[in-house]
Amino acid sequence: MVMWRALVQRELQLLGRQKADWLNPLVFFLLVLSLFPLGIGPEPGMLKQIAPGLVWIAALLSVLLSAERLFKDDYRYGVIEQLVAGRQGLFSYVTAKICCHWLSTGVPLVLVSPLIAVLLGLDWQSWQVLVVTLLLGTPVLSLLSVLGAALTMAADKGGILQALIILPLYIPLLIFASGAMEAAATALPYTGQLAVLLAFLLFALALVPLAVRQALRMNVG
Amino acid sequence: MSIILAAEALSCVRQDRVLFENLNFQLSAGQVLYIQGKNGAGKSSLLRLLAGLTLPEDGQILFRGKPLSGQSEEFAEQLLFIGHHSGIHPQLTALQNLAFWSALSEQAVADPYQLLGSLGLAGLEDIPCFMLSAGQQRRVSLARLWFSTKPVWILDEPFTSLDQQLIATLEQHFLQHLAKGGLIVLTSHQSLSADYPALQAIELEYRW
Amino acid sequence: MWGSMFRWLDPYAKPETLYHLCGRLLPYLMGLALFTLLLGNIWGLAFSPSDYQQGDSYRIIYIHVPAAIWSMGAYSSMAIAAFIGLVWQIRVAQWAVLAIAPIGAVYTVIALLTGAAWGKPMWGTWWVWDARLTSELVLLFLYLGVIALAGAFSEAARGIKVASLLAIVGVVNLPIIHYSVEWWNTLHQGATITKFAKPSIDPSMLWPLLISLLGFALLLAALTCLRLRSQILIFEQHRPWVRQWVDQQQGERG
Repeated sequence: MVMWRALVQRELQLLGRQKADWLNPLVFFLLVLSLFPLGIGPEPGMLKQIAPGLVWIAALLSVLLSAERLFKDDYRYGVIEQLVAGRQGLFSYVTAKICCHWLSTGVPLVLVSPLIAVLLGLDWQSWQVLVVTLLLGTPVLSLLSVLGAALTMAADKGGILQALIILPLYIPLLIFASGAMEAAATALPYTGQLAVLLAFLLFALALVPLAVRQALRMNVG
Repeated sequence: MSIILAAEALSCVRQDRVLFENLNFQLSAGQVLYIQGKNGAGKSSLLRLLAGLTLPEDGQILFRGKPLSGQSEEFAEQLLFIGHHSGIHPQLTALQNLAFWSALSEQAVADPYQLLGSLGLAGLEDIPCFMLSAGQQRRVSLARLWFSTKPVWILDEPFTSLDQQLIATLEQHFLQHLAKGGLIVLTSHQSLSADYPALQAIELEYRW
Repeated sequence: MWGSMFRWLDPYAKPETLYHLCGRLLPYLMGLALFTLLLGNIWGLAFSPSDYQQGDSYRIIYIHVPAAIWSMGAYSSMAIAAFIGLVWQIRVAQWAVLAIAPIGAVYTVIALLTGAAWGKPMWGTWWVWDARLTSELVLLFLYLGVIALAGAFSEAARGIKVASLLAIVGVVNLPIIHYSVEWWNTLHQGATITKFAKPSIDPSMLWPLLISLLGFALLLAALTCLRLRSQILIFEQHRPWVRQWVDQQQGERG
């Protein structure tokens, strides 16, 4: 636990020094959202109808892009190599990375969600559901993005490759998160969708850190 | 004396090029394995094999007489590996880097200021490492050797960009580690100047 | 227990043995594959009766259904090979992942294209977001991800390991994706799309389908052997046995 706290502290120190790592995805998110009304017209009815899919696609793109550089520095400076050789700290390192990635990308999305509600004309009820889906869904986004970053860490080609391998895995999340919001918008029950999102989260929490650790080992091996 | 680390008929292939073949050695406590060779001769690849990061093309590595592959966890617990890259994040300060590595090895550093000071880094503890020179960064990285309790050290070019005085300090520290029953595998361009009790040298040829 | 049970398989983990085994199997597999494919398709396309509802356009199932089924079968085999390759550190199993991936991707493309061609007379449009077609499309993306990841590393052996891990992640996710898409599809079912009730298939239509299914499986096996052989040669080119074998081949040719 002492070790884990120190590792989280290190990630936070790095986030403090490299503010662009978490500010850029947030600006990107808002920018993408404001492009849609410009592209398809600002009618409130239309915006309200497409809002669920829109918010979730923008969220997954911004979280995905923010993860790209996650391991690059530690890989380049030999930190990962030495962690893999020493073994015992690697898993704590992985969980600290995932945790801080969510804190720096998922949580800000929740915090700006009132702004999104205003921009897309969501009512009180829809906003509440948006917040719940973001709280349940963005940790899954972080987990999968970190996995993508770990898989492609030592690859010669970055960016788009990570999107190519991870975006298909996001599909269930996209379906159920926007499904919950759509159901709420039409006053249908949505607890089922939220339960499925929670199941995804628990499932990903159990398996993804192990896969990330394995991916890191392979990338230096 | 019992043999701790041994290689049997080890060979290594990288990018379709055979780096070395049929390499053998045996190391017991208190011994140094000094690996020499030109750039690209496979020194770093050999260290990575010994650290368990990669698997040999042929042959095997023995740890306490048994194949390394079956007991990699036990071996990792005994191992301190500092590779070709220093393991220092340039955006963090010397103290923060030190705190990271001490937390990972679960070894608290009694007085980090004193430790960094003794390595000639007094006054530079709170500056991000990208502002330090290559030699100073190397010292931050090597500071780990002063609080590590691991017996097996595998070090890739530890003397690079260090001045004469610090090389002497480091070699003195090596001698202390060996006297406590430690074991060191290292590569270096420079020849070793201290008087080691049991030194084995391997020269890797550059092969096409 | 497991160790001793599969001990007889050990020699085949040796690249040289496997290379020659694949070489011996290849002509039989290829011959059988061509025979069953021709038999199944000629029977299905020319001799089986036409459907009372869909006329002759249903006949595309003799290509579409086997390709779709084996596109998923290939992904599962690839994931099994990946699992064996990673857990027991067997390199030939990792190479098999790379051997199967493009074949599976081509099967998926065949399933998608024939699905679209079938959709035109049935639905009046080349593409509908039908649950099965959408799942098949996602499967294609998963294949492309594995292939792209394997090729993205300058050190090929590393790329294959990482791609194997992705294949395993993909196969864990595949059922989740499949059922999510199905749920989504029932939610968004458009009114224009009429879903056919699943009719029980007449034996005269079923037999050519089963033969065709077998043909696609044999073709998958044959192509895997072919590709695995070239993978083995690529990764083992510096080994003495490859050199000897090449010299021997050249000697035989004079």
